Amino acid sequence: MELTNENVLGKIISEFGEENIWDAMNPDGIMTITTNRESIHNLIKYLRDDKELQISFLTTMCGIHFPGQGDKEMCMMYQLHSLRHNYRIRIKVFMPASDPVMPTMTDLYATANWMEREAFDFYGFKFIGHPNLTRILNIEEMEYHPMLKQYPLEDQTREDKINTYFGR
Amino acid sequence: MATENKTAELTELEQFRKDHGLALHEERQLTTLNLGPTHPATHGIFQNILQMDGEVIVDAVPTIGYIHRAFEKIAERRPFYQITPLTDRMNYCSSPINNMGYHMAVEKLLGITVPKRAQYIRVIMMELARISDHLICNSILGVDSGAFTGFLYVMQEREHIYDIYEEVCGARLTTNMGRIGGMERDLSPKALHMIDEFLKRFPKVWAEFEKMLTRNRIFIDRTTDVGAISAERALSYGFTGPNLRAAGVDYDVRVMNPYSSYEDFEFEIPVGAKGDTYDRFLVRNEEVWQSLKIIEQAYKNLPEGSYHADAPHYYLPPKQEVYTSMEALIYHFKIVMGEADIPVGEVYHSVEGGNGELGFYIISDGGRTPYRLHFRRPCFIYYQAYTEMIKGGQLADAILTLSSLNVIAGELDA
Repeated sequence: MELTNENVLGKIISEFGEENIWDAMNPDGIMTITTNRESIHNLIKYLRDDKELQISFLTTMCGIHFPGQGDKEMCMMYQLHSLRHNYRIRIKVFMPASDPVMPTMTDLYATANWMEREAFDFYGFKFIGHPNLTRILNIEEMEYHPMLKQYPLEDQTREDKINTYFGR
Repeated sequence: MATENKTAELTELEQFRKDHGLALHEERQLTTLNLGPTHPATHGIFQNILQMDGEVIVDAVPTIGYIHRAFEKIAERRPFYQITPLTDRMNYCSSPINNMGYHMAVEKLLGITVPKRAQYIRVIMMELARISDHLICNSILGVDSGAFTGFLYVMQEREHIYDIYEEVCGARLTTNMGRIGGMERDLSPKALHMIDEFLKRFPKVWAEFEKMLTRNRIFIDRTTDVGAISAERALSYGFTGPNLRAAGVDYDVRVMNPYSSYEDFEFEIPVGAKGDTYDRFLVRNEEVWQSLKIIEQAYKNLPEGSYHADAPHYYLPPKQEVYTSMEALIYHFKIVMGEADIPVGEVYHSVEGGNGELGFYIISDGGRTPYRLHFRRPCFIYYQAYTEMIKGGQLADAILTLSSLNVIAGELDA
């Protein structure tokens, strides 16, 4: 079976139901779907183990922060690849900033270990079941998660650089 | 029969010990050994705290982040064209691949099509970068197993590759080569001549280097079955590039998702069988030959035409026009001040970097800077398998495994 966005989406929705899969988009040729954190682990497991799909390579994952978006403030993005069919898919999970908790994928993919530590380090995501959720690139004593948008890169007391002219 | 006796004996002994409350084995005395952060054999700054039982590694705890420079955060404040110099500090052994991979990702976001000539020039530069990357990795592997000569010998050739970079873009190591929309200048006749010379000279050098190591008994004994990883584990660990291909999976971004006209070229993807250090060495060796083949084809069939896309909103106009024409001045000003109109969108583009799939994930909200830029850095992703690969092996083997994985600290930490 050749994988197309339509038939993959159809399969996923028939397996998980429309209430768990929504916002299917195609921004750059890679189908992007949104799901909730109750389904994400099963979804990734299903994509990996299904004989027809074989989407069994975790290319990358990363956190994204959309301040002021309420329940959709924090986002975790997973990108998977079927090497058998050369088909890529992107999955997003949104959650409020007060509760950035996700199930771990380390039991499905060994590579998720450091990727999740990176997401924890930079965005403060907590991965339930992760074997060693500690900071990976920043120092352990750090008290904040630096990629969150409330931490500006430059010193805010500077007056010679106005945001209107020099970046956000 | 003999073995049965032996087991029976052992169980008797075990029974005896159990009855008398004796420990089965002597308590092992483990030694803690710091491999790194500044160990000459790590070829970069990262630490491994090893637990050693004599010469055998029982456990390893890698610590990384020593040269973390927060590129993803910095990128959120820089206009798109200013991010290129950040990318070439990731895998600094093959900077042009990083630069052009990033440019292609932004071009995908902007919807720019680059003319054939620019694509071919990119292919030439990217394959030269791949050669210089693999050349370093394989010759360092020689150094770590005791053959220094080959390293210095091929290092000369890397200098020649860097001379070509210098002629093409003005820089040698952190190249900042090309621009969003193409190259910043055409290949000069001198650059073409240098590439031609390189194509003539390099095969001899590389053949000699191969001759020194490939069938060298000592080298084979040192590297076979060292740091082996199975294809399943490699895939689970997210391996890509030569390290994955050495394990027997023929995944290459250049073939699977061709970019920059790679579909025009004839080349083969070498694969290994066991995924050990020797296989990784052989795969990289062969890839250098294939890269040469690609450069040769691109050089011979270099199309006529422009070396950059016709995208005045994003591609800087020639300097002399900026002084004489109003439009050019406006475009120049807008681009330099980061005021170019960037569409809203979300894009992932990956290229085959020196170490594997180098991906760029951009989210743009239409602002002057990317809203989020995530680099998929192959080193970061496969280095976590290192613990598993060296466990149960010897310290000297761990060093060889490390250099054959080609872990580049800049790419590891970003």
